[in-house]
Amino acid sequence: MLSVRNLTKTYRTGDEALKGVSFDVEPGQLVGLIGPSGAGKSTLIRCVNRLVEPTGGSIFLGNEELTRLSGSRLRAARRRIGMIFQEYALVERLSVMENVLSGRLGYVSFWRSFTRRFPQADVDKAFSLLERVGLTDHADKRADALSGGQRQRVGIARALEQDPELLLIDEPTASLDPKTSRQIMRLIQDICAERNLPAIINIHDVLLAQAFTRRIIGLQAGEVVFDGPPEELDDAALTRIYGEEDWTTMRTAKPGDEESGEHDEEERMAGLA
Amino acid sequence: MPVIVRGNGKTWQKRASARQWSIWFGWLLLAALTVYCWQVMTKDTIWAFVQDAPRQAADLASRMVPPRWSYIDKLLWPLWDTINIATLGTLLGILFAVPVAFMAARNTTPSRTLVRPVALFIIVASRSINSLIWALLLVAVIGPGVLAGILAIGFRSIGFVAKLLYEAIEEIDETQVEAISATGASRAQIIDYAIVPQVLPAFCGISVFRWDINIRESTILGLVGAGGIGLQLQASLNVLAWPQVTLIFLVILATVFVSEWVSAKVRQAII
Repeated sequence: MLSVRNLTKTYRTGDEALKGVSFDVEPGQLVGLIGPSGAGKSTLIRCVNRLVEPTGGSIFLGNEELTRLSGSRLRAARRRIGMIFQEYALVERLSVMENVLSGRLGYVSFWRSFTRRFPQADVDKAFSLLERVGLTDHADKRADALSGGQRQRVGIARALEQDPELLLIDEPTASLDPKTSRQIMRLIQDICAERNLPAIINIHDVLLAQAFTRRIIGLQAGEVVFDGPPEELDDAALTRIYGEEDWTTMRTAKPGDEESGEHDEEERMAGLA
Repeated sequence: MPVIVRGNGKTWQKRASARQWSIWFGWLLLAALTVYCWQVMTKDTIWAFVQDAPRQAADLASRMVPPRWSYIDKLLWPLWDTINIATLGTLLGILFAVPVAFMAARNTTPSRTLVRPVALFIIVASRSINSLIWALLLVAVIGPGVLAGILAIGFRSIGFVAKLLYEAIEEIDETQVEAISATGASRAQIIDYAIVPQVLPAFCGISVFRWDINIRESTILGLVGAGGIGLQLQASLNVLAWPQVTLIFLVILATVFVSEWVSAKVRQAII
C-alpha cells in the first residue's frame, strides 16, 4: 500500500531529520509512530504528502511514486492522502461545513469552491461524515466556537471527505485531555477499521499508541530503531527509542486506572460547579 | 556583572556600573544637543513679533467670529464632492492594493526575487508621496477637478493599504495553509480558503481606517485645485473672508467627527 524506501531529509540548516528510513504499511494497518521530540516524526509524515520536500529516497502509494510528482499530479496525489493535525488546523473563521467541504478542494474547480457551490454528492457526504463523528447539529457553527475534541472531529471529517486511501495523523491528542484523547483515538481506530484504511499516527503517548495500534515504529534521531507489535515494546526497546529512564513507573499507570481517575476528576469538577 | 558579591552577601543591580555611566553620559550629550539646537532654531526669530503674538491671535480670532452661517449654501455641494473623493479614492486604492499586497507578502508572492521587490517598490513609491503632492502632479497632468482628487487619494491609499495588508498576510497561522494544501487544493483555492478568512478582519479594519484618513486629507486637496471643500477654503483665504473660513473649519470638523464615529462603529462590528 504505502512503501517508504531509504527516505532522507536534511534541512537547509544542516539538521539531518531523517537518515534512510524504510518501512511498508499494509491496507487497513494502523501504525503508531513514536519517538522523542526532534526524532523526525513530523518530518516523516510531512514527506509523504510532500508538505516537506524529502532530500533523498522514494515513497510509493500503490504504484505511484509520490516523490517524483509535481504541479497538478502532486495535487491529485494529495487528494488520496488525508491529514489530521495536532492543533486541528481548521480554518477558524469558516463554518464547520466549509471546513469539512474543504476536503473536496482537490476535486472541484476554483469557481465552484469560490462560490461555495459544491456538488450535492459532496454535501451529502459531508453531512453523513458529520453524523458519523457526532457533530450533526454543529454544521453551521464557526469552527472557533467548538471545543478541542469537537474541532478534532471536524478535522477527521475533513480528512475523510477527501475519500483518502491513507491517513496521516500528526499528534491527534496532544492538545486534548486524557478522556477526549481516548475517544478520538477510538474514533480513528473504528473509522480505519470500517474503511480498511491504513494510517500513520505520530503520537507522544506510548500507552495510547500501545492501546490503539497494532504496530509501532520507534524513531530515534532520524532512524527506525523499533518496528513491531505493541507487545514487543519492552523496557529495552523504549530505552533504545527514548534513552535511559525508569520505565516501570510509566507502566504502573494502567489505562483502566487512568479512566477511573478521570471519572473522579469529573465528579470533583461537578461539585465545584 | 549585575550580581556583586560583597562580604557574605550578594547584591543585584540591573546594570553594571560602566554601563550605568555610559547611559548617564548619553543623556548628558542629548541635553547638550537640545540646548545647541534651540540656539540654532531661534537665531532668526524676531522676538518683537513673538511678544506681539497673543495680540495678533486675539485680533484674528475677533475677525473670525461670528462665522458667516449664510455661506453654508455654497459649502454643501463641495462637501459632497469631498466625501465622494475620499470614498471613491479609497475604493480605487483598495482595488490596486489587494493584488500588490499578495505579491509583496513573503508567503504568497509568486516570486521573491522578481515580483516581491516590484510590489515593495510600488508600496514605497505610493507612500513616500503625500496626497497633496500627488494632487499637485495630477492637476498638472489631467487638469483641475474632482477626478484629480480621486486619483490622488487612490494613489496614496495603495501603499498604505497594501503595506498593512501584506504584513497581516505574513502573520497568518501557517498550519491552516498546510491543512488546505494537504487536501490537494490549488494555489487560488489555498488563498481563498486558508488565507482570506484569516486576513479578512484586518483588511476591513485597514480599509475603514484609510477611508477615515482620506476624509481628512481630501478636505485640503482643493488648495491645489483638486476639487472639494478646499477650493472654497482657498477662495475665502484669498479675499481674507475670515468668517467664511471659520464656517469651513467647523464643517470640516463636523465631517471628520462623523467619519471617526462611522469607522469606530464599523471596526467594532468586525471584531
